[in-house]
Amino acid sequence: MAGFAQRLAMRAARPSRATSFLRQLLHPAPDATPVTLTQRRIYVLPTRPGLIFALMLGAMLLGSINYGNSMGFVLTFLLGSLALVSILHTWRNLAQLTISAGKGTAVFAGQDARFEICLDNPGSIARHAIGLRAGDVTGGFADVTPHQVACLTFTLPARQRGLLQAPSFTLFSTFPLGLFRAWTHLDLDMHCLVYPRPAPETLPLPWVKARTGPGFSHGAGHEDFIGLRTWHHGDSLRHVAWKAVAREQGMLAKQFSGEAQQDVWLDWDALAGMETEARLSRLARWVLDADAAAQRYGMRLPNRELAPGLGEKHRRQCLEALASFGL
Amino acid sequence: MSNLVWLLASLALAIAPHLAHLPLWVGPLCLALGGWRLAVARGKAKLPNKGFLFGLTAAITAGILGNFHTLLGRDAGVALLVAMIALKLMEMKSPRDTMVLVFLSYFLVITGFLYSQSIPMALYLFVVVLVTTTTIIGYHDVNGGLGVRLRLRLAGSLLLQAVPLMLVLFVLFPRVPPLWGLPRDAHAGMTGLSDSMSPGTISQLIRSEATAFRVRFDGPPPPPNKRYWRGPVLWDYDGRSWSTRTPLGGAVAQIEPLGEALRYSLTLEPHDQRWLFALDLPVTLPPGSRAGGDMQILAQSPVQRRLRYSLVSHTDYRFGVALAASERQRALRLPADTNPRTLELARRWRSTHENPRAIVDAALDLFRNQDFTYTLSPPLLGQQAVDDFLFGTRRGFCEHYAGAFVFLMRAAGMPARVVTGYQGGEMNPLGDYLIVRQSDAHAWAEVWLPGQGWVRIDPTAAVSPDRVESGIAAALPEAELPLALTQLDIAWLQRMRMSWDLVNNNWNQWVLGYGQERQRGFLSSFHASLASWQGMIVTLGAGVAALLGAIALWMLWHVPRRGSDPVQAAYHTFCARLARRGITRSPHEGPADFALRAAHMRPDLAVQIDRITQLYIRLRYGRPPVAAGELRKAVRRFRP
Repeated sequence: MAGFAQRLAMRAARPSRATSFLRQLLHPAPDATPVTLTQRRIYVLPTRPGLIFALMLGAMLLGSINYGNSMGFVLTFLLGSLALVSILHTWRNLAQLTISAGKGTAVFAGQDARFEICLDNPGSIARHAIGLRAGDVTGGFADVTPHQVACLTFTLPARQRGLLQAPSFTLFSTFPLGLFRAWTHLDLDMHCLVYPRPAPETLPLPWVKARTGPGFSHGAGHEDFIGLRTWHHGDSLRHVAWKAVAREQGMLAKQFSGEAQQDVWLDWDALAGMETEARLSRLARWVLDADAAAQRYGMRLPNRELAPGLGEKHRRQCLEALASFGL
Repeated sequence: MSNLVWLLASLALAIAPHLAHLPLWVGPLCLALGGWRLAVARGKAKLPNKGFLFGLTAAITAGILGNFHTLLGRDAGVALLVAMIALKLMEMKSPRDTMVLVFLSYFLVITGFLYSQSIPMALYLFVVVLVTTTTIIGYHDVNGGLGVRLRLRLAGSLLLQAVPLMLVLFVLFPRVPPLWGLPRDAHAGMTGLSDSMSPGTISQLIRSEATAFRVRFDGPPPPPNKRYWRGPVLWDYDGRSWSTRTPLGGAVAQIEPLGEALRYSLTLEPHDQRWLFALDLPVTLPPGSRAGGDMQILAQSPVQRRLRYSLVSHTDYRFGVALAASERQRALRLPADTNPRTLELARRWRSTHENPRAIVDAALDLFRNQDFTYTLSPPLLGQQAVDDFLFGTRRGFCEHYAGAFVFLMRAAGMPARVVTGYQGGEMNPLGDYLIVRQSDAHAWAEVWLPGQGWVRIDPTAAVSPDRVESGIAAALPEAELPLALTQLDIAWLQRMRMSWDLVNNNWNQWVLGYGQERQRGFLSSFHASLASWQGMIVTLGAGVAALLGAIALWMLWHVPRRGSDPVQAAYHTFCARLARRGITRSPHEGPADFALRAAHMRPDLAVQIDRITQLYIRLRYGRPPVAAGELRKAVRRFRP
């Protein structure tokens, strides 16, 4: 945060350290969503080209005075007035937009977390080129047509499992003339759940080991292919139905009926001797594998037990339990 | 890509009016570099390297030095600016470079006003400003959501909103005198009388339709044959041209007015010379000017901006009755050993006529009765110019007649001098003022007669009375008329010409002539406190703030605040109440989708949810809209 504040102070178009501090005082807590951008929230300052423009106007004014050139005065004053009017337009480009956090999707550690910011334009005037920046990360520019919503996204690398809190970010606009920048600093209560990174190697599922030894590979004989389902991040690439991909049906994963109808337990205690994060990674991998194999599974954690089940919702609950374990 | 085209177009439009006074090579250079840049954008060429650019910069600088022998001053400065802008295209990389180039396009517009501030030029340059503003908008419309038409419209509305602010600033910004000296060529290229007269100088000026000055009389204007506008008085003849090497000093001449006084104000176009014009003969002087014994009025410095002054003149007068010896001597001097036949003729007249007046009449009779012709294209004269004219060609313009006449008088021993200026002028019936054009330029003579002082004699009137009675267009044969002076008898054309001049006159007086003096006069007519710069600044600040506030209010009108729209507010309440029960509408979710989901989660509320949502959709998107009261009532009753 300190580094960010420093960069802010260095840029003429950004609030100084002092105003940033003041803002912290005024808005100590994350903003409750949705946030409507009122006058109090929008700051406007000249951009660097705006300062160059002002210098040029100064030169033009001196020239007009010296040559006693009336049309020179007219032009200088017209351009100066144009700049003044553009302040209002730049400011209005953000005014009264309602900002809310968009849909967040959970990711695995190591992937990029996407944060979506939605801009709701309540008025009958279109907004143009509203940019988003969170620290060094830029989120592109959005146009918002009247009475519509447009969303901007930015991504952050999700390094650790758990809850990734979105950083505060800036919405800004220099439209229409680029002489002034209007911006607002927002700190929405917005986060992304990060699942543990699935262990890379495909170790056999615990029950398989108990009964038949290494299994769960192509050509093992006793697994029957039962159908296709949508491929998810975290699924093993080995289960991708490449033929379906070639037919442009999208990423699908093959489902096999392994040890049909026998519930398995993914047990924390079965991995005794490993570190916590390694255990969680292993469990996450098993959740994915079992899900891919359409094998009903339950999960036992030290503080929690999830009854055996199957399906998207069950998978999500298990992964969520792993993500928030110990937090 | 299209942004670059717009940028190049606005630069080209801004450069175009300069082409006339740029060195010939600058235009093609700009075209070449612009084309190059376009090819780079299309991937068909590469940007030049640093070495090449450095070489080109040096070559351009050398070229401009070669053309102007300086890099300073108006003409060289503009040429340098244009060439450097073209060069900058070659190293335009960052967005900031681009913005600087767009700003330079604005800057080129102001340099255009150093050359012309006429109404058509102002309109043209306003179009350039519009195009340049559209270009800037294009660069900031990052997603390209606006089409060309919308960008133009936005630029137009920005400029329209800026105009009232600009007017306040223009009227109230305190005008001050120049802060430092101007480059020498700042006012080059102005037309007007020069300080010497030789055959051909005035007939050249006749071809110019440019306005010399405009006059508004307090009462009725004098008749055309009394409209002699006195300018430079020429004393010295070198055998070829008349001039005044050193102005005649001394006190202002004693003038004895004989007729009615004429009061008028004269607005002189800048001509970059010191002399001022006045109706023959003025009894007052413009402020800050002086006049010698020959009543040639000189300003303190060359007239480089439009000058307005009020004067009192008498068309009937007597002046210079007492002639100083030095003045007499100067008014009789002739170059030695020239024009022997003329000298001989004058000597003969002197011996036959007792009365000086008779000698004047003899000369006028000569012009009137011999076959002298008034023509704009006289034949060339030889070494003995006066002899050739009087005894040979006999075809000449006013400078020939005035010059020959003064020569004859001096040869006959009568003090005489040439006076140049303008004769006539055209009344503008629409604006009730007199326009005097360069084509009214004229030269006449003044002869000193004992007891009468300096008397104006116009020998041209002897040859062509029409010149003085009806103006130049009537006096010249039709075939000789310059193009600008023909077709004057077409009534509607004449009327249009007059209307246009009236518009121009007002433009000059109120826009271009809005300087320190005019500003004080104009503003103090509203309130005395506005005459000081402090008063102007305070009013200026208040005016700008008020206008900006008004524009801001007007703009906010289109941005409803949350809660200001009752339908939206009611729906927000509805969503908030559901959210409290854990059913939150996500921003993507349309009202119908949300209703479906909410009803699914709370079947007990399904009827209410559906009704509210239907009402909301009808209110928000339905045509024609229905009243909001029902929705508000339904939401008020909605207690999940």
